Amino acid sequence: MDGCFFTYKYYICNRKLILLELTREEESALKGEQGETMQTAYRILVATGEATDAERLVPIKWAHLSGVNYNTIGDAGEEFLSNISKEARVKVKTSLNPMGFDIDNVENYNLSENFISKQLSIKKSYETMGVMPSFSCIPYEIFENPEEGTQVSFAESNAAIHANSFDKLKTNKESAFSALASALTGKSPYSSLRKESSSKLTIRMKVENPDELTYGMLGFFAGKVGNESVNVSGVGKMDHRSCKSLCGGMGTSGTCAKFDFDKDNPESEKIDFDENEMNKIYDELNTCEKGDLITLGSPQLGLEEISDLVYRLKGRSFKKKCMIFCPRVVKEQATKLGHVDKLTNAGCEILSDCCTCLTPLIKKDEVDGVTTNSIKGAYYLQNSNGVGVNLKPLSKIIEDETK
Amino acid sequence: MRKILVHGKVKGTILKSQNPINFLGTMDKKTGIINDKSHDLFQKSVKDRILVFPYGIGSSVGAYTIYSIKSNNSAPLAMVCEKVDLTVATGCALANIPLITVTKDEFSLLENGKEVSLDTDLPNPIIFPG
Repeated sequence: MDGCFFTYKYYICNRKLILLELTREEESALKGEQGETMQTAYRILVATGEATDAERLVPIKWAHLSGVNYNTIGDAGEEFLSNISKEARVKVKTSLNPMGFDIDNVENYNLSENFISKQLSIKKSYETMGVMPSFSCIPYEIFENPEEGTQVSFAESNAAIHANSFDKLKTNKESAFSALASALTGKSPYSSLRKESSSKLTIRMKVENPDELTYGMLGFFAGKVGNESVNVSGVGKMDHRSCKSLCGGMGTSGTCAKFDFDKDNPESEKIDFDENEMNKIYDELNTCEKGDLITLGSPQLGLEEISDLVYRLKGRSFKKKCMIFCPRVVKEQATKLGHVDKLTNAGCEILSDCCTCLTPLIKKDEVDGVTTNSIKGAYYLQNSNGVGVNLKPLSKIIEDETK
Repeated sequence: MRKILVHGKVKGTILKSQNPINFLGTMDKKTGIINDKSHDLFQKSVKDRILVFPYGIGSSVGAYTIYSIKSNNSAPLAMVCEKVDLTVATGCALANIPLITVTKDEFSLLENGKEVSLDTDLPNPIIFPG
C-alpha cells in the first residue's frame, strides 16, 4: 500500500514538473471559449509543449508550414484545411512548403483531374487563411532573415535545421500541425531547442575531400545517431549547396533539429563519421546503377545554385531529362538572367512551386531509376515513389550525364 | 519518462514495434499498413491496436498521416512510446488519439498481443487485466 501511494505521489509530482503554465487567456482558448479553431490550435500547442518539456508559450515572429502537397496530406488534409480556413486566420508572417506540381507545366505530367483540383483547393485554403503562397522548402533563402535570436516556428525539417544551425534563429523541429497552431496563435512552446544549450554528442568528421553528397550522408548519419542537436568537428568551410544537403540529410533520418560546429563540450559522447559509416549509408540509399532521368533540388535550388549549374555546364547538354526544382521567385529571377533559356536548351525542365521530395510527377510505372545528388530526395524516391536511386554528386552527374 | 500528451480511455491489444516509425512514406494512409520492407511491422496494420513503438522519426508531414488513418478508420486505439516526438504528439492531438510515454522498464513490459486497458486519468495509466 505504501508502495502504491509513493508511486502515486511520485507520479503526480512528475506531472506537475512538466505541466505547461498557461496564461488566463491561453486557458480560456484551450477550454473553447475563443472558438473551436483556437481550441484545436491550443490543444496542439499543449501536446507539443508537454512533449518538449516547455514551461510556457512564447511569441513567435514567423511560421513556415508543411502539409501542402496533396500527395502527402491526401483527402483528410484537404478536407481539414478547407474546413478550418472558413474561420482560421494567421496572426504572424507565414510562409508555405512546396505543393505537388507547377501549374505552368503540369500538363506534361499526366496528373489526374482529381489531383489537380484537390491541390488547388489546398492552395486556396492556405491563401484564405492569409498564408503567403511561397511554395518553397528554402524560406531561409528567399525571405530576409529576421535579427539574430528571433523565435520562429518552421515545420519543414531542412528549414528548421538550417534556421537553427546557420541563420541564428530559434525554432523547434515543428510538425505540420504545431507550425499551423503557431501561425494561428502567434505562439509556440518554449522548448529546449529555443534555449541556449550544448550538444550531448560530437561527431568527428573523418571523411576527406567531402562533396555535397558526403555532407548529405553526414547529415543522415547525424540524424540517426543524435537526439536533439549534434556538434560536428572537423568540417571545413562548406558551400551553400553542402549546407543545404547537410540539413536535408539530418531532417530525413531522425528527430534532430540543430548542428553546432566545433563547440565541443568535454562531457559529450564522441563518434566518428568515417568512410565505413559513409559507405553503409550509400549502400542503403543508392539502389540502382543508372537513372532514367535526373532530379536536382531537394531542398529546392536557389539562384546561386542555378547560376552555378549554368556555369558548370559551359554549353553542354544533358543526355536525359533533368528536372530542376526551385521556388517560383527563383525561377523568375533566373528567367531574367537568361538562365532558364540556357538550361531549357540543355535538356532541363525548371519546375517551380514543387520539389523532388514526395513528388507525384515521378511514377514507378514510367521510371525505373532516378539519378540525384540529394540524400533527402533519394530516401523519399525510394520509400514513397518506389523507384530506384542512383546517387552522385553534381560534379559527377555533369561528367557522366552530359555531352 | 511518463507523460500524457493526449488524454483518453481505451482497451485493446498491443501491437509492438521495436523499430521507430516514420509515418510519412512508410505507412499506407488508407489502411494503416506499414509498407517498409526493412521494418519489423512490415505488412502489419495498426488499425484498432494499442500501438507501442519507441518513437516517431522523419518528416513533420507525418502528422497528417496520423490524421488520415484516423479519418479512414484505420488508426490505432492509442499510442504508447518510450520517447515522444512532435510529429506523433501533434498528429495524435488533432486526431484525438490518446498518447502517453512510459519509462524504459514499463516499455519492456508491454508485450505484443497482450490485452491492456489505458486510462490517462488514473495515476498508473496502463493496467494489465487479470
